[in-house]
Amino acid sequence: MSDLASVTATKPQLNAASGGREPPRRKAVRGETAFFKLSDVRSERPTTRLALILVTILFLALFLLSPFVIVFIEAFSKGFGVFVESIAEPDAVAAIKLTLLVAAIAVPANLVFGLAAAWSIAKFSFPGKSLLITLIDLPFSVSPVVAGLVYVLLFGAQGLFGSWLSKHDVQIVFAVPGIVLATIFVTFPFIAREVIPLMQDQGTVEEEAALTLGASGLRTFFTVTLPNIKWALLYGVLLCNARAMGEFGAVSVVSGHIRGLTNTMPLQVEILYNEYNSVAAFALAALLASLALVTLGLKTLLEWRYGDALKRSHGH
Amino acid sequence: MRDVSLDIAAGELVALLGPSGSGKTTLLRVIAGLNAPHRGAVYFDALNATSLSVQERRVGFVFQNYALFKHMTVADNVAYGLKARPRASRPSKPQIAERVAELLDLVQLGGLGQRYPAQLSGGQRQRVALARALAIEPRALLLDEPFGALDARVRKDLRRWLREIHKRTGLTTVFVTHDQDEAMELADRVVVLNQGRIEQVGSPDQLYDQPASPFVLSFVGEAVALPVTVTEGRVALAGRELQVDTHGLRNGRARVFFRPADIAIAGSGPVALQGKVEALRRTPSGVRATISIDGSDQLLEIDQELAGASEIGAKVPLSVSHARLYAYGDGDSNYADAGEGI
Repeated sequence: MSDLASVTATKPQLNAASGGREPPRRKAVRGETAFFKLSDVRSERPTTRLALILVTILFLALFLLSPFVIVFIEAFSKGFGVFVESIAEPDAVAAIKLTLLVAAIAVPANLVFGLAAAWSIAKFSFPGKSLLITLIDLPFSVSPVVAGLVYVLLFGAQGLFGSWLSKHDVQIVFAVPGIVLATIFVTFPFIAREVIPLMQDQGTVEEEAALTLGASGLRTFFTVTLPNIKWALLYGVLLCNARAMGEFGAVSVVSGHIRGLTNTMPLQVEILYNEYNSVAAFALAALLASLALVTLGLKTLLEWRYGDALKRSHGH
Repeated sequence: MRDVSLDIAAGELVALLGPSGSGKTTLLRVIAGLNAPHRGAVYFDALNATSLSVQERRVGFVFQNYALFKHMTVADNVAYGLKARPRASRPSKPQIAERVAELLDLVQLGGLGQRYPAQLSGGQRQRVALARALAIEPRALLLDEPFGALDARVRKDLRRWLREIHKRTGLTTVFVTHDQDEAMELADRVVVLNQGRIEQVGSPDQLYDQPASPFVLSFVGEAVALPVTVTEGRVALAGRELQVDTHGLRNGRARVFFRPADIAIAGSGPVALQGKVEALRRTPSGVRATISIDGSDQLLEIDQELAGASEIGAKVPLSVSHARLYAYGDGDSNYADAGEGI
């Protein structure tokens, strides 16, 4: 019925009478007459739009927002005092410290690696370049657990370098170095992936201009290259940092779960939860979620504060 | 690039002209030190610059799309080269500011120093790029397709203006272009490049009047080429004999070149051709006739008064006052010395 109605001339008049809710008047489609209305693929009907928006909001609320809220409700379910107590507990403090330490090592390391990789991929051409680009994506496609296992196989007691390492008294697996390595592996693509397309897009011509003006390579990097990619770089760092603090799978395999020593925050949360200590688990989880919120907030703030500069570096 | 040898005198304004892929930009980048030649050397006067780095060469380079630093203001762009100098030779801050203001005045952008490149028009960006290159007091000024990205009107203004800047600074200037009008109008000397080789170096007059190769003849200005055969010093086009000096060209296929301007309507002459009117077209100044030449698939465009033809299909006798004969070669580089007709 409605299909038939839309071909007649009465339908638009009816809509106009109901008023207000109509989308802005569109231009007539070619070949359209008052008696023969052609459908316009560019604008959906108001009901369709409403349905799409509702589905999105519902989905977000159900799968993203509600777990987030529940984490905080659970964390404070026994009161603020218990929350603070759970956080201040020595094993929890050790886990927080370790998480921050790992992020503090992994993020700068990936900043350097990511920049080097992006630079070489975007600014030179060499054999095996496309292979390198694929390799950078490897951590995205490999399960973090597998990544962790690889490190155990390489550096564990029975591993490839195990005997050499134990002879020299170097502990990698089930210790902080292993956790750092696993985290670096998992978070490697974040910065490189953000920076490579931008650098490729920008090419080398501004750098060449700086060189002809007498600037050294280092000066060119700091005054031309870096300012051009700083926003992408910052995005990459924020994403990398969020993942570094939240990584579970790879870290779980190499950590050995030694309380107060090799447990990061996500691992500590799991242990506490398995011990039915749900308030402590949720307290720590809430803290972890807050760190993610701070990261997001920082990103939004920077976008808002430097939005103009951001646009300028993209447009031209 | 192969066997390219070029001397540019101090203070000269030289154009590198050629189709895309001819190596003109590569040559410019080799001079600047942005590309290294496999063999050969670059000299600035007596100084062998081949092993000098880009920075040490101190040439002003204006890139095709200007390559302005888009995160810096116009003034910072222009000051970049001065600030990048080693501490000992770096001017003081007020000196830099003064020099920047001077340069911006020179390129008629005084007062726009605090703008960002994105806020400027194409022509203004071009001038910022030039001011930035001039700031380092370069040994020479190199411009890569300086007007390529601009619309026709701005291009005309900037041409005249570049000529003026050149006169005022006296800098040796080399620019790359694929536009023969631009090269002819601006340059003292034009270097015509094709497939990595220099075809000819000469003043605009020389290029027009004494083209060294069929490539130059057809690239610089319009030219018509007719396939002919040479037998024992005689030149024939589809059975008609043409009186063109063969200059000892061997028997075989060859081509006769001439410019449309050298054609007249005449029944006889040393190089007489038979044509047929194919189409007539109205132009602002009159009517143009498209004429096909017997014995070739070449079409000519001549003004109707000259052609004297009033209807399509009419036969017209043509006479060429100035024709050149070249041996046939697919690559235009494979040519014999020009043999000149009457």
